[in-house]
Amino acid sequence: MKKTIPLVITFLIGFYMILAFFVPHPMVANSAQEMQSWEIIIVAFTLVLGIGNLVFVHAEKIQRRRQGWFYSLTLLICLGAMMALGLFGGIKEGTSYYWLYDNVMAPLSSAMFSLLAFFIASAAYRAFRARNKEATLLLIAAAIIMIGRVPLGSWLWQHIPLLGAKFPILLDQVTRWVMEVPNTAGQRGIKIGAALGAVSMALRMLLGIERSYLTTGGN
Amino acid sequence: MKKYWMLLLAAGLAFPALAVDPPANLKVCDAPNDDGRSVTITWNKSAAETADPVSFKGYRVLRAESASGPYAEAGFAFPGSVEFADNAVAPGVQYYYKLNAVTFSDSAQTEPAGPVISSAQWFNVARVNILIAFLAFTGLILLYIYKARHGADLFVRRIAGLQAVDEAIGRATEMGRPILYLPSGGLSAVSDIQTLASLVILGRVANKAAEYDTPLLVPCSDPLVMTLAQEIVKSGYMNAGRPDAYRAENIRYLTNEQFAYTAGVDGMMVREKPAANFMIGTFYAESLILAETGYSTGAIQIAGTAMITQLPFFVAACDYTLIGEEIYAASAYLSKEPVLLGTIKAQDWGKAAVIFLILAGVLLQTLALKFPSLGFFSRWLMPR
Repeated sequence: MKKTIPLVITFLIGFYMILAFFVPHPMVANSAQEMQSWEIIIVAFTLVLGIGNLVFVHAEKIQRRRQGWFYSLTLLICLGAMMALGLFGGIKEGTSYYWLYDNVMAPLSSAMFSLLAFFIASAAYRAFRARNKEATLLLIAAAIIMIGRVPLGSWLWQHIPLLGAKFPILLDQVTRWVMEVPNTAGQRGIKIGAALGAVSMALRMLLGIERSYLTTGGN
Repeated sequence: MKKYWMLLLAAGLAFPALAVDPPANLKVCDAPNDDGRSVTITWNKSAAETADPVSFKGYRVLRAESASGPYAEAGFAFPGSVEFADNAVAPGVQYYYKLNAVTFSDSAQTEPAGPVISSAQWFNVARVNILIAFLAFTGLILLYIYKARHGADLFVRRIAGLQAVDEAIGRATEMGRPILYLPSGGLSAVSDIQTLASLVILGRVANKAAEYDTPLLVPCSDPLVMTLAQEIVKSGYMNAGRPDAYRAENIRYLTNEQFAYTAGVDGMMVREKPAANFMIGTFYAESLILAETGYSTGAIQIAGTAMITQLPFFVAACDYTLIGEEIYAASAYLSKEPVLLGTIKAQDWGKAAVIFLILAGVLLQTLALKFPSLGFFSRWLMPR
């Protein structure tokens, strides 16, 4: 029963949403829209579960004085302070909550994102080594794209003897071809496969064949 | 100087602005395939727009419930438009429309067009091709499930990333270090099909981790994913006969802020040094930051996603990558259950059908350059 009820709900709601995709009449579309609104409301309530878990895990760490407990204490103080500021002072522009978000949270996120540039460099260094035929092909394609797409690229190309000066627009044409033909074809292939995979997975779930998301592996 | 200004003004007055013609051929019709709240208005361009595009402002669409009015503005169409969708009408009500061509100095109005009554449709005809594809694909899946249930031998190609799952768990066990499993990145929710596919693989990993008594860490960015992951891991430990080894605090919620989540996971990688990292699901810009940090800690890494933009990062930084469809095939591949394998076979035939349709489309569309009647294929697949 514990498994059957969720499976029946999944089947009914899932196929109703598929029906709503093909039926624009308000009789069906409005109720489907209503269900999506309910989903948003339920998801908002689950945030309480998440925060509860966060508080529980870190409170236990502080209580048992585990390694790094001081950071957990800082986290809980910050969480409490932000919640109190938001609840009692509001979250609009000009409030303390807004100021803290704008001057602490946003710069920290930006700093984290900016690290991506350095990680790209280190990953590219490893990926672009000509270890075999495929890696060599990747290296050549990447080099062409990099020269063709960076602002300095065209200047560099013009100064390559016997090539850049003789064929001034060749680099641009080759870059465009690599991006538009093999790259797009590869992407489309993956997208088609992934879309069919997603449909197949969804159907398995709707038909109750795939139950491992409820427990492990349908054992 | 004043003299020149006066002369210029006199010249302007001597040549009055061109008279504006109202747009011709105003037509109104109920928008097809909608919920009865839209009317489509079409017209031919006003001659004033062609004659003096600089001073032409656009078309004011006016709506009334009777031909004599009163008319109220329903919207404004910019120069170049020949169609307007009025999405603010009530179904079953009779409407009349007028169009006002407006320049900076003048305007001209058409005669009323109508009446038009918008009604809701029970079937979206524009999506009939999707319905056919859906039914055909569902039919294929049911056929292969039937075949599998009757003992057909179904071959599925080797997927290196999935074969490496046991190897990664074994390595973590030998090294006495935990396993880190990310069911999605910092922005995904449980409604995402990739996250669900990832949770299926998590079940297998949890089962093995419990058998080998290796700690499994699952930091989540979505509270619902966390709840589901806790249930799945708990179940995995119970199936392995080790419910005592299950630690609920290891499957924890971090935050739903993308980069705060990334920083949190990076911290776990650096502090707890997991020997095997699984990153399977929907990932955005955090993918490479996570994968490179994992690489720097020396962990064996298995990643998988259907996000085209993130795949190259995973390929560059991880030991194994499940590309697109492979993450959806995981449950069937790992369990070897005939019914699940049947759906994978149907998926392969679906791909074969898509390849055939692409080839046929390319051929017909190329021939349509010479013989336009052969262009029916693209017109049918992409209805307006």
